[in-house]
Amino acid sequence: MSDVLTTAGDAPAIAAPLPHAESLAAYRADFDRLASTDLRSEPQWLAHFRGDAMRSFEALGFPTMRDEDWHFTSVAPIADRVFHPALPASVSRAAIAELLVARLAGPMLVFVNGRYASELSSVAATTASDSGVSIQSLAAAIRDDQAGTLSRRLGDVASPDSSAFTALNSAFFRDGAVVRIGPNAVAHEPIQLVFVTTDAEATASHPRNFIIAERHSQATVVESYLSAATPAAYLTNAVTEVVLAEGARLSHYKLQSESIKGYHVGTIQVRQAANSYYESFSFATGAALSRTNVYTILEGDAAESVMNGLYLADGSQHVDHQTFVEHVAPNCPSHELYKGILDGRSHGVFNGKVYVHPEAQKTDGKQSNNNLLLSEHARVDTKPQLEIFADDVKCTHGATVGRLDETALFYLRSRGIGMSVARRLLTYAFAADVLERLELAPLKEALEARVLERFTA
Amino acid sequence: MTLPHGPDSSQRCVAFCVSVLLWPSIKQGISVLEIRNLHATIAGKEILKGIDLSVAEGEVHAVMGPNGSGKSTLAQVLAGHPAYEVTEGTVTYDGRNLLELDPEVRAQRGIFLAFQYPVEIPGVTNAYFLRSAFNEIRKAKGLEELDPLEFLDLMEEKMKLVDMDASMLNRSVNTGFSGGEKKRNEILQMAVLSPRLAILDETDSGLDIDALRIVAEGVNKLRRPDNATILVTHYQRLLNHIIPDQVHVLAAGRIVMSGGKDLALELEEKGYDWIAGAAA
Repeated sequence: MSDVLTTAGDAPAIAAPLPHAESLAAYRADFDRLASTDLRSEPQWLAHFRGDAMRSFEALGFPTMRDEDWHFTSVAPIADRVFHPALPASVSRAAIAELLVARLAGPMLVFVNGRYASELSSVAATTASDSGVSIQSLAAAIRDDQAGTLSRRLGDVASPDSSAFTALNSAFFRDGAVVRIGPNAVAHEPIQLVFVTTDAEATASHPRNFIIAERHSQATVVESYLSAATPAAYLTNAVTEVVLAEGARLSHYKLQSESIKGYHVGTIQVRQAANSYYESFSFATGAALSRTNVYTILEGDAAESVMNGLYLADGSQHVDHQTFVEHVAPNCPSHELYKGILDGRSHGVFNGKVYVHPEAQKTDGKQSNNNLLLSEHARVDTKPQLEIFADDVKCTHGATVGRLDETALFYLRSRGIGMSVARRLLTYAFAADVLERLELAPLKEALEARVLERFTA
Repeated sequence: MTLPHGPDSSQRCVAFCVSVLLWPSIKQGISVLEIRNLHATIAGKEILKGIDLSVAEGEVHAVMGPNGSGKSTLAQVLAGHPAYEVTEGTVTYDGRNLLELDPEVRAQRGIFLAFQYPVEIPGVTNAYFLRSAFNEIRKAKGLEELDPLEFLDLMEEKMKLVDMDASMLNRSVNTGFSGGEKKRNEILQMAVLSPRLAILDETDSGLDIDALRIVAEGVNKLRRPDNATILVTHYQRLLNHIIPDQVHVLAAGRIVMSGGKDLALELEEKGYDWIAGAAA
C-alpha cells in the first residue's frame, strides 16, 4: 500500500508531523503561561509535580485507536482541537439544585469550571474536627498541607505518567475535593462533590480529587458531573484518587450527566488495604463522548471490590467504560456488573479486565457486561478479560448484547399496555437489577426515574 | 334406572347430535365474538384452516383438541400476537372488526388472554405491572387512574379470589413463580382487568388438583351474564370445575365437532383418535 503511494508521488518526503503535535504545542503554551501567572505561588513540590506531568503528557500524546486501551474509542474529537483552561464563572444555587441527578442530604462541595465555589457549597457541620471527617477543596488543602500529606501522596495512586489524560489533569488541575475520613470515623450522610461546567466553548476543566478513608472508617461519596449550559463542546477531564486503609468501607458513586455536546474523561483509581470494601457505581448518560476508567488494586488480604455501572446513550453519543481490577493479595472477592442501554446511532464500549497475580490465591472474581440495543443502528463493543496467574481461584466473566424480548412485549401489550409504555417498562426492567445493587436508596430511586424518562420513543 | 321403553343408545346419540346441530340457532344471547372462516399462518405455515365460532354473552366455550391442532394459535390470534398472520376470514368482536386492532387496543376493549406460558419479567414488580395495565385500560375508557393506595385496596379483594399472598405483589412478574403461581397470577390479572371476553389458554396444564380447583373457582366467580369465556384445553378435567355451554373439538386447524358439555366426557373416554375417525 505504501509502495503504491510512494510511486504515485503522494507520500511526503519527510516524516509527517506527529499526530496532534499542534495541539500538544498549544497545551504547552497554556501550561507555561499558567505556571508563570495563576499557579506561580504554588509550593515547589507541586510545580515539579506539574512540570513532570506536562512532560509525561507530551511524551505520551493523546491515545489513538491503535492503543489497546482505546481500541474502540477514537479521541480524535478531543485531540483534534485545543481545550484551553476554563475561566471562572458563576452559577446560581437554584440552577445547581435543578441540575442535580438526586437530591441528597449531607455536605456538598460545588466546583464551577473546575474552581471551588464556596458560596454554593455546604460543608460546615461535618468539617468539625471531632467528627473525624474532613472535607476541603484541594487548593485549600495544598495551602494548609503542613504535614506534607498531599505532597507525599498526590499522584501516588493515579500516577501522572499512567495515561495522557491523567498527565494532562495533573499538569492543569485547579481544584477538586480532598475528603479524609479519620480512623474509625463514620460519615453518616453522603458527601457530594458537584462539578458544573458553564457554556464555555473549547475550554477544559480538570477536577482532581483525593479521598482517604483511614482504618475502619466508613463513608459514601457521590461525584456529579453536570453542565449548566446551552450545549457547548467543552472537556471535563477528572481524576479521583482513592486510598482505603485496613477495614475501611467506601461507597463511591459517579454520575456523569454532561452536556450532550461535551466531552468527558473521568478516571478513578483506588488502592485497597486488607479487609477494605469499595463499592463503585458509574452512571453515564451525558456527553457526546465519554470515557470512564475505574481501576482498583487489591493489595491487602480479603479486600473486596464491587464495581457496577449503567450507561445510557442515544443519538450519536459514544460512551466508554474501562475497568481494571488487579488482584495482588489472596482471598479477595471482586464483583462487577455493567449494563448498557443504547438507542439511536449511539456506540457503547465496555472493556473490563481482571488481573490475578500468582500470589492472589482464593480470588473470587466475577465480571459481567450486559447490553440492550433499542435500535438497529446502535452498537456496542464489549471485551471482558481475565488474566489469571494463580491456580486456586474462582473467576467468571461474560457479556451479552440483546434486544427487547418480543414475547414480553406482547405479554405487556396483551394487558392493555401500549407499545411505547411497554418498551419503556422493559427497558427499565433491564436496568433494574444493577440499580438494585445501589446501597444509597434515594440515589437508586433517582436513577430509576432517569431510566424510565430517558427512552420515551 | 332404566325406562321400559326408552330409546336405545343409538337413538340417544341421534337425539344428541340433532340438538347439537340446532344449538346455534336456538341461543338468544347478544353476540360477543363471531369468527368466520379464519385462516392463520406462522412463518408461512398455515395453522388455522377455516375456523367458525360464535360466542355470546354469558357463555363459556371449551375448545379442545390434540396437540398441534391449532388451539393455542387460535387463542394467540384472537389476542393479536404479531407473529401470526391472518390470511383469510373475519373476526368480529362486539360488532367490530377485531383483526385491525393492536393487541393493547384489544385488551383495552375487554379481551384477555391467560397465557399458557406466562412470561417472566424480572425487574418489574407484579404490583407495578398490574397497576399499569389496569390504569392503561382505565385511561383508554376515559376513566380516572387509581393511585397506588386505591389500587392496593382493589388488589386485596381480588387476591382472595385466587388465594394469593400479598407478598406476591412485590415480586417481579412471574419471576421464580411455580407453575401454579404463574397460572394463579394470570387469573388474578383477569380478575383485576375484568374482561368482556376471557380466553384461557391451557390454564389447567401443569396444575395439581388443588391449584386447578383454585383457578377454576376464580374463573367461575368472574363469570357474569355480560361476559364470555373461551377455555382452550387438552384435557376434560378442567371442565369438571367450569361447566361449558359448548364444547368444540379442533383438529388440524378446523373445528370438526361441536356439542354440549357431555362431548368433553365422551372425548375423554374415547380419545382424540375417535374424533379423527368421526371427522373423516
